Amino acid sequence: MNEIRDVTALKDTKKVKISAQNVQVYYGDNHAIRDVNVDIDDKTVTAFIGPSGCGKSTFLRCLNRMNDTIDICRVTGTILMDGRDIYAPDVDPVLLRARVGMVFQKPNPFPKSIFDNVAYGPRIHGLAANKAELEHIVEKSLKRAALWDEVKDRLSASGTGLSGGQQQRLCIARAIATSPEVLLMDEPASALDPIATAQIEELIDELRSKFSVVIVTHSMQQAARVSQKTAFFHLGSLVEYGETGQIFTNPQDPRTESYITGRIG
Amino acid sequence: MIAIVFITVLVLASVAFLMGRRRAIVLAAGQPAKLHSRPNYHGMYCFLMVLLVGWGLLLVVGVGAEIAIDRMLETQVSVARPEASSVERQLIISDARALATGALASADDSLRQSVSERFARFVMWRNWAISLLVLGGALVAAALCLRRISVSFRARNRAESMLRKMLAAMALIAVLTTVGIVLSLVFETFGFFRDIGWRVDKFLFGLNWSPLSGVMDGQLDPDRVGAVPLFAGTFLITLIAMFVAVPVGLFAAIYLSDFASSRARAIVKPMLELLAGIPTVVYGFFAALTVAPALRNTGETLGLTVASESALVAGVVMGIMIIPFISSLSDDVINAVPQALRDGSYGLGATRAETIRQVVLPAALPGIVSAVLLGMSRAIGETMIVVMAAGQGPNLTANPLAAVTTVTVQIVSLITGDTEASTAAGPAFALGFTLFCITLLMNVFAQKIVHRFREAYD
Ligand SMILES: Nc1ncnc2c1ncn2[C@@H]1O[C@H](COP(=O)(O)OP(=O)(O)OP(=O)(O)O)[C@@H](O)[C@H]1O
Ligand SMILES: [Mg+2]
Repeated sequence: MNEIRDVTALKDTKKVKISAQNVQVYYGDNHAIRDVNVDIDDKTVTAFIGPSGCGKSTFLRCLNRMNDTIDICRVTGTILMDGRDIYAPDVDPVLLRARVGMVFQKPNPFPKSIFDNVAYGPRIHGLAANKAELEHIVEKSLKRAALWDEVKDRLSASGTGLSGGQQQRLCIARAIATSPEVLLMDEPASALDPIATAQIEELIDELRSKFSVVIVTHSMQQAARVSQKTAFFHLGSLVEYGETGQIFTNPQDPRTESYITGRIG
Repeated sequence: MIAIVFITVLVLASVAFLMGRRRAIVLAAGQPAKLHSRPNYHGMYCFLMVLLVGWGLLLVVGVGAEIAIDRMLETQVSVARPEASSVERQLIISDARALATGALASADDSLRQSVSERFARFVMWRNWAISLLVLGGALVAAALCLRRISVSFRARNRAESMLRKMLAAMALIAVLTTVGIVLSLVFETFGFFRDIGWRVDKFLFGLNWSPLSGVMDGQLDPDRVGAVPLFAGTFLITLIAMFVAVPVGLFAAIYLSDFASSRARAIVKPMLELLAGIPTVVYGFFAALTVAPALRNTGETLGLTVASESALVAGVVMGIMIIPFISSLSDDVINAVPQALRDGSYGLGATRAETIRQVVLPAALPGIVSAVLLGMSRAIGETMIVVMAAGQGPNLTANPLAAVTTVTVQIVSLITGDTEASTAAGPAFALGFTLFCITLLMNVFAQKIVHRFREAYD
């Protein structure tokens, strides 16, 4: 399977899915993102790495306009998705977010049943014609998020009653249930054990055949394992962006090198 | 005098605090880590002990002395006037007390004079006794506490357990008060039921309420104590009030918490809360003088007969009164729903409306229900607006345009009416008790519902 996908991926003339130009983000007076220019390829896993507080989550949240929900947050610059400006006045952020899914840094399951959590997106977007279809979507999403076996007997139990790692996977299932074109994952494996982490990484790899995935991670190994492109952020700026192999073996910027080798961050 | 002793004890206790702390520091000899408890706890222990002993003695000695003085004066009077009735004796004693404090100047009778002189002497003795015993006790307590302080003395545990007991005592007072009120309600209600020959069914299901008409020597007629018209009135008006208050209050809360800009919020929220500060009397005459005529005129143009006092007017105005309770409390609970939940919903492409309906409101449901319940109990207990705007005559009707009255209004007119209190109190207590039971049941029921449907987010 993997080889076949890799071959198709190679054949793809890597189309740019999201293109960010001169992006600045301010929280009130705090200039959190400075002058970021980045092209995120379609059908690719892009990893954002960098020390804590450098603005990875902030930049990620620009890509689906989640920053709109923060009063004091101001975004300038251009972000194009499939060539269209997502901050243009005629773009409805609600529709945008249906296309750009997000898994948050802290698991935030709804205080509803496990089933209703996963079915939330498909229901509001009318993705299932009937109950059987909805059940199928839920089951498929939970399986892909490597949670199905643990919860299949208690789908009506509350999602908040799961363990932290299970909640994390529930949120992943919830996000992929709406079949977004882009999936933004903010440290999706931070609360997971090695087995679940491996399963999630497998999922990410699999998602790459259809979507583009952006993943924030603090684990260099994880970034090296799952991503094809890596962006290194430092103090709100994008320091270096390129092929993952290139970044990890032959970084151009001294800051990247010291972060990767564990000297800053 | 007693106030001075009271404050002196407080001052002594504070001094004991400082000395206790000082002593602990000295004993630690520059190595505070050696102490079992921090110096402040040693001070606190002394403070609490002195306070407890001082105020405790004050209470005991003060009450005891009061009783003793009463006894002695009574014996004096009954020896001097064996033929007087007990009321007369009490009169003499209270005159004498007034004489002693100079509140009464014109009593020349020699017995009163001599009783009053003795009373003044007793009071002096009592004051001395209180001062000596209380202050002495407090000092002894302080000395004992200070002597107990040592490096290994477990002052923190003791001070904390003392504080815990005090807190428990306060909680107990609140609980006991409630129990006392309920018991007195139950007691009086039983008396009333006995008076109507245990025809509880007539009270609960009877349709005719005029308990005091034609009452002879306290004998109540079971056929005239049917409370249904009153409870129907309360129910009708409460229903109308909730129809006004719940939608307005809830939507206002949703607007405030999820839609309003922070500037709009800063203006609207205090304005809404201002409504809660208006005295109900004002609402009452607003209803009677402004809303009622307006409604009557509207009714006339539509060809409806509207009584000048009506359930609708009272209900609507009561609803307005309750809006701030519901909006303010609901706003708080809606705000308490974590932003992360909203983000999760927005992140899946949900609109604001979908997010609020499917995520925020279910999570806030328990709080919203209690807000509504609180508003409802306000409506049920409200009297003033009903008196002014809905009438005082019991009337069994479902027509909101007719005059009705409520349970609480009936209680007021029973108690303030000119029938002898002992007769009127029975029906009033029975009504109050029934109302209490209904609201209690309502609360329990609502709790059950909330428990079943709640979506806890932590
Ligand atoms: N809601 C907010 N309001 C104000 N400032 C914020 C907010 N969120 C983030 N910031 C600020 O923006 C900067 C970047 O934060 P961000 O959360 O993007 O960091 P991060 O790279 O995701 O860090 P971590 O790896 O710890 O998650 C920080 O200085 C932070 O204080
Ligand atoms: Mg982050």
